[in-house]
Amino acid sequence: MNDTVKLPASLTGNPRLDRWVKFEDDRTVRVASGKVEIGQGIVTALAQIAADELDLPLNRVTLLSGSTEHGPDEQYTSSSLSIMVSGASIRLVCAEVRALLTEQAALRLNCSPEDLIVSDGAFVRDGAPTGLDYWDVAPALDLSRAPTGRAKPKAASAYRLVGQDVPRADLPGKVCGAPDTYLHDMRPAGAVHARTLRQPNPGAVLTDLDEASVRRASGDPALRIVRRANFVAFVSQSERAAEAAAVHAESNATWSGLRDLRGPEQEGGWLVGRPAELREIGAPTANTSGATMIEATYTRPYIAHASMGPSAGVALYDGETMTIWSHGQGMHPLRKNIAEVLGLDPAKVVCHHRHGPGCYGHNGADDAALDAGIVALALPGETVRLQWRREEEFAYEPVSPAMSVTVKVALDAAGNPTDWTQEIWSASHVQRPGSGSGYLLASEALENPPGPVKVTDPPEERGGGGTRNAVPLYRMAAHRIRHHLVTQGPVRTSALRGLGAPTNVFAMECMMDELAARAGKDPLAYRLALLDDARARAVLERTAAMSGWAKRGKGGEGKGLGIAFARYKNMAAYSAVAVAVTVDEEVRLDHVWSASDAGLVINPDGARNQLEGGIVQAASFALKEQVRLEGSGIASRDWDAYPILRFSEIPPVDVEVIGSADDPALGMGECTVGPTCAAIGNAVAHALGRRIYDMPLNRERIMAALLA
Amino acid sequence: MSGSNTLTVNGKAFSLPDHVTPDTPLLDILRNTLGLTGTRFGCGLEQCGACMVLVDGQPVQACNAALDSVAGKAVTTIEGLAGPDGKLHPLQQAFLDEQAGQCGYCLSGILMAAKALLDRNPAPSRTEIAAALDANLCRCGSHIRILKAVERAAATLRAEG
Ligand code: FES
Ligand code: FES
Repeated sequence: MNDTVKLPASLTGNPRLDRWVKFEDDRTVRVASGKVEIGQGIVTALAQIAADELDLPLNRVTLLSGSTEHGPDEQYTSSSLSIMVSGASIRLVCAEVRALLTEQAALRLNCSPEDLIVSDGAFVRDGAPTGLDYWDVAPALDLSRAPTGRAKPKAASAYRLVGQDVPRADLPGKVCGAPDTYLHDMRPAGAVHARTLRQPNPGAVLTDLDEASVRRASGDPALRIVRRANFVAFVSQSERAAEAAAVHAESNATWSGLRDLRGPEQEGGWLVGRPAELREIGAPTANTSGATMIEATYTRPYIAHASMGPSAGVALYDGETMTIWSHGQGMHPLRKNIAEVLGLDPAKVVCHHRHGPGCYGHNGADDAALDAGIVALALPGETVRLQWRREEEFAYEPVSPAMSVTVKVALDAAGNPTDWTQEIWSASHVQRPGSGSGYLLASEALENPPGPVKVTDPPEERGGGGTRNAVPLYRMAAHRIRHHLVTQGPVRTSALRGLGAPTNVFAMECMMDELAARAGKDPLAYRLALLDDARARAVLERTAAMSGWAKRGKGGEGKGLGIAFARYKNMAAYSAVAVAVTVDEEVRLDHVWSASDAGLVINPDGARNQLEGGIVQAASFALKEQVRLEGSGIASRDWDAYPILRFSEIPPVDVEVIGSADDPALGMGECTVGPTCAAIGNAVAHALGRRIYDMPLNRERIMAALLA
Repeated sequence: MSGSNTLTVNGKAFSLPDHVTPDTPLLDILRNTLGLTGTRFGCGLEQCGACMVLVDGQPVQACNAALDSVAGKAVTTIEGLAGPDGKLHPLQQAFLDEQAGQCGYCLSGILMAAKALLDRNPAPSRTEIAAALDANLCRCGSHIRILKAVERAAATLRAEG
């Protein structure tokens, strides 16, 4: 059939309608997604899509997310892909199910399917109820079949709920402190609490631990210690005792094979020249002899996810099946990874997702789930609730890699770029077990640590990792990326909001300002003259208008206004951000404006929430954040050592969502992050009359720039 | 057998079991003894505000407040913010109206800090709200909506008189 719709990857990977949709006895419909709620409102948005396709009100749709038992396998929730991929799958499945049910009803009513419409799940014919509804006819349908893609989803003009501001379903419980809101709140009857003693670095060997003194320090004479090779956990009825044991053990354990980091490793610039795999992507190196060449290097340090709550996991092994509750971002991969490390049949591991504190990438959640699993395996029949300490979270979660990005540009006589090279040094941005080159943390400490893994980064067709957003959208003859994937870094790295995009956009968009200045042009006008994509121009023009760009002064007096643009991954949402700053010894954000175009927006208010959050988080990255490395690893282990932006530092932020509902929905969770970093860089340069090339743009850097 | 320690939370007096000692942190008692898990553990270091509760109306970080420091005082937690009839406090309603929050992990502590502010200053400026919330961290960047929500709640409370 040539009018079938191309099935998205989530659907071809889970080709059974009943993995997605189930008609419940209470006349609701349960729609399942492998994507999970990470504070981004995805559950609400997917329910809106399903309700629209099924012609149901929202209160008849419940969304089951992240269950290896009942739901589809959609790998990880990441990269702003949920609406694009899971949303498209749910839309197709629901359209097909509605069509099948309508055919079934028509058969029973002896009419044509076209004669029936659906209202609140009931079939209506000629304006009169037929006495049949979805739940009456559903039992006659076998939904264990594969979707065909032959039912056409609704046209955008027919949406009732998609495109409306729908309040988040999870928020009422969260403002009331309702029980069992987060995984961390689970306290099944008889559950025991656990904390770990972490292996300080891979390869370190625990040579001495005085268990008697740990037990004394815990205050619980019955404290149990689960020990396997270099993995140790302390288990008690009392959470406080388990915590005290871990604190004492950490300061009293003796290890051999400790690393000795000295500090320089914590800077992006340290990466240059380290062992790496080099790839050249794009146009062959051009002969630029005779052209004016401009070159500058921009860096960013390691950044922590710094989730508000430390990672936790709950596990119960009944002697046969291991059940895990986790706030990780992918339950199917977690099941496979945990089964592998614990030597269990994957069919005997069940993983359930529970809400956690937002982390915007791959933090310690999966690792804590394995920790809990290891302890549960040793204590069959007991539910183990294992939580990391705050210091443990900062010290052992994978961090977002530091980067060094050198931009080399050839200019024509008018000062416009003709050739662009973005040369990147970075460790891997995705070491999620099962999808990248990583492994679960505790597997390093067990009897047979994993051998060296081949270091990989996401491929360019999925947006790249270190190379994300390294291709300029500005008109020029040729461009290329030189990507040095650093294979031996000082610290475990993995995904954080935007992967390489914040640094690449910072480098590219700061360079654009430098080029505009050389050409004697206004930075906005310079960009617009080089952009052919109308949607790109529109977000820039709107943002500029919001910020009063036309009245932008000469700068240099401590007040600055900067602007920057990117289309996330060069294929998701378009976004521009303008930032006004005052700089004395520190950067003070005075105002932020941003316009974004994500095509069809499922829940506009939810989208604005994400855009605002991205701006604030990116401002925090750009101004304050740096993981400190010293000794065996990460030395910044609390909020004093790792400050983030606070309420008193938050400027007014105005965001607008522009763009047309006729354009397909584009992921937008991360689109403001890169432009915010770059707009801050440009605003500070405007305020100071000189540029700072290294994030964070903190007090030391400002003082150094002022004294230079 | 219940021990000699008692604690008043959200207007109810609890007598605490023997394993709770005068130096037990309030947060541990709330979450593990009383089952009031709405107050969050964030750091245990008095650095993040996730564990904020009110003690005699003052915002206190419960993670390091020992039981004996709150003995005889009235503790209010997020579970005690809504009315006894379940009617949301204007702050909670304002947070819903503004959709202020993403993951929501920080919200219990922030709501309690905001309650303490509005109790002593019914008409705070944006700067005063930010100052009152400065001990509370939020990783999701929900600050903008949270500030608006506190302003909205203040207006509601003033209108209600
Ligand atoms: S948990 Fe008490 S301040 Fe962080
Ligand atoms: S909403 Fe996630 S930490 Fe504040």
